[in-house]
Amino acid sequence: MCEVGGIGLPGDKIVDKETDGRIVLGPGLRKETEHVLMTKPGKLCFKDPNIYWVDSHHKRYIPVRGENVLGVVTNKSGDTFKVDIGGSEQASLSYLAFEGATKRNRPDVKIGDQVFCKLLVASKHTEPEVVCIDSSGKSNGLGVIRDGGMTITTPCNHIRKILSPDCVLLKTLGNSLPYEIAIGMNGKIWIKGRTTKETIALTNAIACAEYMNNEQISLMCRKLVNSLSGF
Amino acid sequence: MRDIPFSNCERDFIIQAIEQRSRLDGRGVYDYRKMQLTFGEDRGCCQMELGNSIVMTQVSCEVTPPKQTRPSEGILFVNVELSPMASPTFEPGGRMSDFGVELNRLLERCLKESRCVDTESLCIMAGLKVWTIRVDCHVLNYDGNLVDCCSASAIAALAHFRRPDVSVSGEEVTIHTLDERDPIPLSIHHMPLCVTFAFFSQGKYLLVDPSLKEEKVMDGKMVIGMNKHREICTLQMSGNMLIMKDQVLRCSNIAVVKVTEITELIQKSLQADSLARSKGQPFGFPAAIETRKVTANEKKSEVIDVVGIEEKAEQIVQCAEESDEERRRRRKKRRRRRLE
Repeated sequence: MCEVGGIGLPGDKIVDKETDGRIVLGPGLRKETEHVLMTKPGKLCFKDPNIYWVDSHHKRYIPVRGENVLGVVTNKSGDTFKVDIGGSEQASLSYLAFEGATKRNRPDVKIGDQVFCKLLVASKHTEPEVVCIDSSGKSNGLGVIRDGGMTITTPCNHIRKILSPDCVLLKTLGNSLPYEIAIGMNGKIWIKGRTTKETIALTNAIACAEYMNNEQISLMCRKLVNSLSGF
Repeated sequence: MRDIPFSNCERDFIIQAIEQRSRLDGRGVYDYRKMQLTFGEDRGCCQMELGNSIVMTQVSCEVTPPKQTRPSEGILFVNVELSPMASPTFEPGGRMSDFGVELNRLLERCLKESRCVDTESLCIMAGLKVWTIRVDCHVLNYDGNLVDCCSASAIAALAHFRRPDVSVSGEEVTIHTLDERDPIPLSIHHMPLCVTFAFFSQGKYLLVDPSLKEEKVMDGKMVIGMNKHREICTLQMSGNMLIMKDQVLRCSNIAVVKVTEITELIQKSLQADSLARSKGQPFGFPAAIETRKVTANEKKSEVIDVVGIEEKAEQIVQCAEESDEERRRRRKKRRRRRLE
């Protein structure tokens, strides 16, 4: 038996809170006849009104439709690019899926370039497909990332933690060190500070924040800024 | 499995950082990552951690006939195992990749051809029986610079290893078990250690102990095998670059400092281990686990009810004694029946 907020193992039954019996199951949960069982070890989370999921240390990315990911172009063939997004299979990216691209005006993408893109198709049995435009044809921040900066890889659960509104990491860092950032749900973060040294400091700060709570994060940020400014 | 692709922006950034004399993990140009050496409960078992690169080495021995060409010398055998657990790019199965072969050969050259282990003392009967010492390096995690990590863990494991004692009387060879006689350490003359230098921009910049990302960007590397007496045991250069003579000399001077540091670390850990063993303190891998880490599990101490525990224990002992007596009686009965 596993309650909300507790740590469970695969096979544990979950205890339903006072909902009307209709619940939504997220990753790590499965319905078996009349019980709901956990299929991976981790912390059982709950969100109002009726969503349950399991959160755990996770390095392999499982593509989900609509998520923003950071990939590397590995191959060019005909009218599609192959993009490695860290999943079990490479995603395909059409050359028309860029802002302002037409059949005559091809986007300038080379092998080894990094693209920040959105997953359009992600299902169990087909190849994932990514695009660099939104439904209205605008880039909206997506596209090839070219002007410097560094990419780091962190576990997927860390990404979710950084992006959650409760986490103060990005705000506290940004108070004293301006930076540009692109966060992919596949565990890749591209970041660019003012100088090389600042970028390195930022990448290390993000990487080491995985097991910290908000107080520790703000303390770490303060220390980092002090050491960067030479105190 | 295919390699994890490396983007142009990472490549450019790493080179840019190196040009500004800074590294991704905040180290200096000549710094090693954090090094940690743990010995196992068994003799000759040692785990070396160099940052996130982890190598575990196990030394074992067996009696074999010697090589025809060297009838009075023992055999030292070195093997490196690259399992897919260490990195998805390593292939499973017996076939070794080019990288694996290079690593194995380099390690073999460093350990065997420097004659750090006295092979003549491993001879039991000339031409008939010698000890074969087997060094197995298992790579548990790969984050660059496996050569240094493997060589340090291999030599530390060799120094930690004890072989069983043997006695020869005429043609007869007796191998004494560990209870009969204390096992004997191998005679190790010196400790050859490898130090890796990575070169960038045609040998203009050099880094000590390259991490995985730096290894992917470098033009080439040079490995210097050296002991603390400043004797060079191996020297290998790979990659496509040309470097100047004084650059090589500079590297060897840096290697002297690094080798002294690592040797000191190995000696210290060996001493700490033998002290813990002789004093009966906990040793081995379980003792090395830190409980104050997020990744470690710690069970909180529980309150145990001890009221009436003595009577309970006495009862259990009594029951056991009674059942013993019953067994004896039954055995006697059976014997009597058989006799009848």
